[in-house]
Amino acid sequence: MESEVLVVDDSAAIRKILQRVLRQTGMSIGTIHEAGDGQEALETLRRRRIDLVLSDINMPKMDGLQLLASLRASPDWRGIPVVMITTEGGEAKVAEAVKLGASGYVRKPFTADQIKEKLTGFLEAGLP
Amino acid sequence: MTELENLIVDSITRSTLQVFSTMLDAQVQLAMVAIETRMPEANDGVVSFVGLAGSWAGAGSLACSPAMACRVCSRMLMTENTAVDDEVLDAFAELTNMIVGGVKTDLEPELGPLGLSIPTVVYGRNFKAKGVGATEWIVAAFLWDEHRLLVKLCLAPAQVAHAHPHPAGHACTVEV
Repeated sequence: MESEVLVVDDSAAIRKILQRVLRQTGMSIGTIHEAGDGQEALETLRRRRIDLVLSDINMPKMDGLQLLASLRASPDWRGIPVVMITTEGGEAKVAEAVKLGASGYVRKPFTADQIKEKLTGFLEAGLP
Repeated sequence: MTELENLIVDSITRSTLQVFSTMLDAQVQLAMVAIETRMPEANDGVVSFVGLAGSWAGAGSLACSPAMACRVCSRMLMTENTAVDDEVLDAFAELTNMIVGGVKTDLEPELGPLGLSIPTVVYGRNFKAKGVGATEWIVAAFLWDEHRLLVKLCLAPAQVAHAHPHPAGHACTVEV
């Protein structure tokens, strides 16, 4: 079955890039949903079955760490893999994300291979 | 140049080359490095700013022509952009975020943790932009074929960068 992915980033440019990069990985991905911040992401999660979340850290309203904390506190969503995508190089932010239960993180700029490597194990490979 | 200024130039160069290579599959060349101490010349085109804050504070800025901004967007998003619109400004903001974010990461071992603000992008003609309190800007010019991109950074110990603290709840003034 194809996986449903939620991309969370306040930059429409990055959401568009991630849409393209996710398709390039060749993994078995169905719909790629988009949200501009953590609050929008939670609204999408209430309406859709989501198999994996890719989230920026720095966002207005509700940032990626707050979103991650909300997911991990929810009985319904705590099992969803969350991979953080960030320009934040600071170890403190990364450590906080890991402590909150992030499944992995990718730093911008990223390549399709780096995204695929991080998602392997969470999403199924596509047909050869 | 001081040791820190050399570190900043090296970091701007590394980060810019890496972002163009990874996100745009493009090669840019460092063409010029300078220290800007005077009021900058008037701009025609696209200029972005992103703030840096910590024990050191300042800002990063990118500037280029509308044609180059469109080319950046087209290459980054695989779209066809011939005029500066929201999509082009958004892509340019993200380019700024990634380049200055890379510099921030390089500098943190030397200067301590730095926060990065959400970028602002301005597009217009014959305007001047100046960061209040900034001492001097390190400027690196890059060439992408015939297009020129300026990457600028100013950074100073926080009490120098922001010599007149505001009361809580008051915003800083930015001259644009």
